[in-house]
Amino acid sequence: MEHLAFEIDSREEGGPPRPPVLVGAVGSGNLEVLVEPGGTAAGRCRVEVHTSAGGFGAVWEAVLRDFAERHPVAGLSLAVNDGGATPAVVSLRLGQALREYRGRDR
Amino acid sequence: MSGDWSRARRDRAERLERARGLADGKWVEAERVPALLEALLRPGDRVCLEGDNQKQADFLARSLARVDPARVHDLHLVQSVVALPEHLALFEKGIGRRLDFSFSGPQAVRLAQLAGSGRLEIGAIHTYLELYARYFVDLTPRVALVAAQAADREGNLYTGPNTEDTPAIVEATAFKDGLVVAQVNERVDRLPRVDVPGGWVDHVVRAPAPSTIEPLFTRDPALIGEVQVLMAMMVIRGIYAEYGVQRLNHGIGFDTAAIELLLPTYAEELGLRGKICRHWALNPHPTLIPAVESGFVESVHSFGSELGMEAYVAARPDVFFTGRDGSLRSHRAFSQLAGHYACDLFIGSTLQMDLEGNSSTATRSRVTGFGGAPNMGCDARGRRHATPAWVRAGREAGGGGAMPRGRKLVVQLLETYREHMEPAFVERLDAWDLAEAMRMELPPVMIYGDDVTHVVTEEGIANLLLCRTPEERAEAIRAVAGYTPVGRGRSRAAVEALRGRGAVRRPEDLGIDVRRATRDLLAARSVKELVRWSGGLYAPPARFRSW
Repeated sequence: MEHLAFEIDSREEGGPPRPPVLVGAVGSGNLEVLVEPGGTAAGRCRVEVHTSAGGFGAVWEAVLRDFAERHPVAGLSLAVNDGGATPAVVSLRLGQALREYRGRDR
Repeated sequence: MSGDWSRARRDRAERLERARGLADGKWVEAERVPALLEALLRPGDRVCLEGDNQKQADFLARSLARVDPARVHDLHLVQSVVALPEHLALFEKGIGRRLDFSFSGPQAVRLAQLAGSGRLEIGAIHTYLELYARYFVDLTPRVALVAAQAADREGNLYTGPNTEDTPAIVEATAFKDGLVVAQVNERVDRLPRVDVPGGWVDHVVRAPAPSTIEPLFTRDPALIGEVQVLMAMMVIRGIYAEYGVQRLNHGIGFDTAAIELLLPTYAEELGLRGKICRHWALNPHPTLIPAVESGFVESVHSFGSELGMEAYVAARPDVFFTGRDGSLRSHRAFSQLAGHYACDLFIGSTLQMDLEGNSSTATRSRVTGFGGAPNMGCDARGRRHATPAWVRAGREAGGGGAMPRGRKLVVQLLETYREHMEPAFVERLDAWDLAEAMRMELPPVMIYGDDVTHVVTEEGIANLLLCRTPEERAEAIRAVAGYTPVGRGRSRAAVEALRGRGAVRRPEDLGIDVRRATRDLLAARSVKELVRWSGGLYAPPARFRSW
């Protein structure tokens, strides 16, 4: 098990904080993502990753930076439990988690 | 001209004479088959032991492995698929020495070991059509050992739905004064149809157990992931709809199964029924059932059959090629030809791709071979008839001269990382190492880069037709190579320039909302739902039943 933590620059979406959401399931090649408000400095997104696949810190950082660039996630904390998912699955699941989080009020 | 022009015919008569006491007419009892083979075979003979992609002459293989190596040895085996342990036992015992083949799936590791130890000489690894072609030129079998469903007293053969390679093998052998021995599952008075005339068959044996057939083309929709759904959406929108692809072949795998299952949902929603995917060269994939039932599919010609699909196919004769008995007539050689010359698109998954677009499924310790994909995954340069998809691809490819030409669409699907985080994009294919280790003349490349027109990953589509230089092609491939080391070596500016002219297209460039890529978009999410789509006609093998 490897533990990684990132603080990444992003844009703020605005609006009130929403209740936390959990998307996905930990399993081989899969992951779960918890999205909750707060826990980070202004203009930043905090991401904690627990992963069963060691040695991929640089890939995680690249995936998360791209994600934070495409989506306004400043002011949010993401907790990821990863069972060795590929970057493709990680990107999709992050997108779904964010949609789930935002979608609550719509 | 005078001289001796009938040596093979005389030799054939001598061999049949030696075997005469062992047979009752053409029929031989199962326990006498090793003796029959010792009578018919001579050391050094070229032998086709029918091993197809699906159907296996397994009883004849076991019998051949039981002959006395002092009498029968150093055979040259020519067969498309090396699938059974017995196939390789021949080489361990010295019965076989040399092997020309196409594909070795489950025996790939042992084959590499035997070749490495010098017990087995590999002549060449072929594509299917290439090997069949050589049956008629310089690899004509002296003896063919084939498999069929049933035979009658005269030795007429009924293959049932899995005709596969049998006609090609028997034709080459029988008309060059070779000998043909068939194993069948049953002896009947009257065959439902004749697939091989008895006059071309010398001996028939009823095997103690039905010949082995594997359901190789069944993919359980429950195992299709969201990334595959996303890639399927891109293929339908960015390639099938874009070029108006009506005639195509799908490779084997979950990526293409996802496309098949998105036709009744996503493609229907885009108004593409009747505009894409009408004519197919394809085995009867269970995952194609929803598309057939939804009216997308007009015709399917098949290389082989698929276990469990018999009743469904028989009930859809307007779509599938069937005999007067109602069951499928497959034919691998003709279907490969159809895929090569009459399809506008081939799409398949691969494991590894380099920056020239060459792709390979070979790894260091396995000699898997090619099968049929390269026959379809290449431009058919002998083709002369025009279709809109073919002409458009040719126009995009340019070529400089004034003469317009068409081009086959050859699409490679791959996720940027395979399982266990193995990058799918590499600077150098493992095929180079395999070629060195096995002292092969050429690295075993499945699809050559200059035949590939589109590379599809979860990151988008690289259209190599629109790339004008090797550097541009490499950059377009890097653009869809995601977070692999190769992908992260891309230049942002170069990628944006390629995107600007459509040589690289991201999902958003195609109007695809990535968040819609969920399993809800699949027309069937389980084998059980496929059964339901088929009206109960599809009877999946036990291993695919969970209910």
